[in-house]
Amino acid sequence: MKNRAKLLAYPYIVWMAIFIVIPLLLVFFYSITSGNIYEPSSLSFTLEHYSKFFDMLYLNVIWKSFRLAIISTVLCLVLGYPVAYIISKSKQKHRSLLLLFFLLPIWMNFLLRTYAWMAILSPNGFLNKALEFFGLPPIEIMPGQTAVVLGMIYNFLPFMVLPIYTVLSKIDKNVLEAAADLGANSFITFIKIILPLSVPGIVTGITMVFMPAVSTFVISRLLGGGKELLIGNLIEQQFTIYRDWHFGSALSIILMIMILVSMAIMSKVDNNNNDDEGRTAMW
Amino acid sequence: MSRKIIELKNLTKSYNGTKAVDNINLFIRENEFITLLGPSGCGKTTTLRMIGGFENPDSGDILFEGVRINDLPPYKRNINTIFQRYALFTHMNVYENIAFGLRIKKTPKDEMDRRIKKMLKLVELEGFEKRHVDSLSGGQQQRVAIARALVNEPKVLLLDEPLAALDLKLRKEMQIELMDMQKNVGITFIYVTHDQEEALTMSDTVVVMNNGVIQQVGSPVDIYNEPKNRFVADFIGESNILEGVMIEDYLVEFAGKKFKCVDKGFQHNEPVDVVIRPEDIDVTRREDGLLEGVVTSVVFKGVHYEMLVESNGFEYMIHSTDMQEVGSEVGLTFGPEDIHVMKREVTEIEKQG
Ligand SMILES: Nc1ncnc2c1ncn2[C@@H]1O[C@H](COP(=O)(O)OP(=O)(O)O)[C@@H](O)[C@H]1O
Ligand SMILES: [Mg+2]
Repeated sequence: MKNRAKLLAYPYIVWMAIFIVIPLLLVFFYSITSGNIYEPSSLSFTLEHYSKFFDMLYLNVIWKSFRLAIISTVLCLVLGYPVAYIISKSKQKHRSLLLLFFLLPIWMNFLLRTYAWMAILSPNGFLNKALEFFGLPPIEIMPGQTAVVLGMIYNFLPFMVLPIYTVLSKIDKNVLEAAADLGANSFITFIKIILPLSVPGIVTGITMVFMPAVSTFVISRLLGGGKELLIGNLIEQQFTIYRDWHFGSALSIILMIMILVSMAIMSKVDNNNNDDEGRTAMW
Repeated sequence: MSRKIIELKNLTKSYNGTKAVDNINLFIRENEFITLLGPSGCGKTTTLRMIGGFENPDSGDILFEGVRINDLPPYKRNINTIFQRYALFTHMNVYENIAFGLRIKKTPKDEMDRRIKKMLKLVELEGFEKRHVDSLSGGQQQRVAIARALVNEPKVLLLDEPLAALDLKLRKEMQIELMDMQKNVGITFIYVTHDQEEALTMSDTVVVMNNGVIQQVGSPVDIYNEPKNRFVADFIGESNILEGVMIEDYLVEFAGKKFKCVDKGFQHNEPVDVVIRPEDIDVTRREDGLLEGVVTSVVFKGVHYEMLVESNGFEYMIHSTDMQEVGSEVGLTFGPEDIHVMKREVTEIEKQG
């Protein structure tokens, strides 16, 4: 029985090896070598791609990538939590419809969505047309960081709403009634019960928004108008324009490590919150 | 008699047009251990939730110490609840769970410590303060839930099938613990269960419900000995229920014979239901019995034998410490006081419902 189950896992292991482990090893291999990748004998070991990264030029790009990703993630949380809360509190029969409404963007092509925002935000776009109609001065946010952040929020908000909604809807109604029974009004119930219990959803949401936001290159290219270079664009350029796979690989590895470190910190926060004492100091 | 603490007046609650609780009238005295007993779906939880403030009645009033509290939210009622599935705060340790209500009332730290310590002692969980509630067994979680409610010193504690999830041995222990606690802290318990044995063991007063309607209110002994109708007789313990006719006062006819009984106040020749408890029937030699029959099955139940005896087309259940062979011919006897005559009001109950 046990062996049969193990057998079933083999295809998955092979799949993982081919599509995840081998490409990762290749990327790592390129990042520590130089020479012609089509001629294996010309490759030699080097760390120069990593040392090249420690240049203000590139450090600034990574700083900007993290800054914009953090801003977008925080705004997604601020917008997404109330949305998830309202959906979870709404009547059962309205719930799936409301949820669908907020998740609909996921079902549309990513590029298409971002182009749609170009049409809205561009100097001659819908937004400025509307402002003009009301006799207001036009605003120029595209191309620029504001537009990039807006694009990120629009694209990634569902990934914040969904996990938070999931944990909120799983909270036992009896637990909330128990809080009311013990004298808690709805505000105290929210602060002391609902919010702490939804931390796992918040952590997942932050992870799921932050990761794609920090590594995006499409949003920054389309809504940043080529001026707002992010780490994702930098990597993309190494592979497509400059044909420097080695430096591109090194940048990918660095980004991956930084994301892993951020995630480790996040999960630490989550675990701490689940510790015995945890929340008591919170209120 | 102590004074009434809670009164339910013409309380009715429907869900989707079906009456879950149908025009209930009930009063509960201070320090009483009262139990709502009935089959699943008969409206016990709904009644309890209306008292706790988690459901609004469609009509009728809930009085607490004479004051109408229909519109008071749960957190303003001097009532605490033990929920069916404990509903502990899983993100807090045992201490914080119990401290929840006290913190809201801004109880000073030293008093809070003292009261929680006392509670943990009462529920025998001393030293468990820092334990995570997820790491506790079902019985321990249940006791945390009890401590969490009792520490607030409510005047009334509502308990919705609090022992249903525990295994038999633990359930018996907890029954005794709960009864002791109720005596020691001196508060009113409104207890809900579908387990008639539990209800009869623990309560001062039992309220038997069916289809949202109260069938009978009384002490466990009354309910057991003097069931008011067929439903109560059937639900409370095992019974032999026969159809009969009340010939006149103190004389009832069933199983084709007339018997002396202790009941009166019926009309002449009124159709009635007759209850005889299995332990009230004695097995004798065939020729000594009031009724004759054949033993069709014998099962040993630990303390007694449970026998089925067929007589004249009716199968009597009998509990006895003497065993008879299957197939043997026996006589059955019972005294006038063992015959309980009830009004046949099944149709009336249906009318109400
Ligand atoms: N929230 C609800 N929505 C719809 N029907 C309900 C609800 N709560 C209870 N009921 C119905 O009301 C009746 C009584 O339920 P309940 O009070 O829970 O019974 P008990 O606790 O005696 O098992 C049942 O028929 C049940 O299906
Ligand atoms: Mg129930």
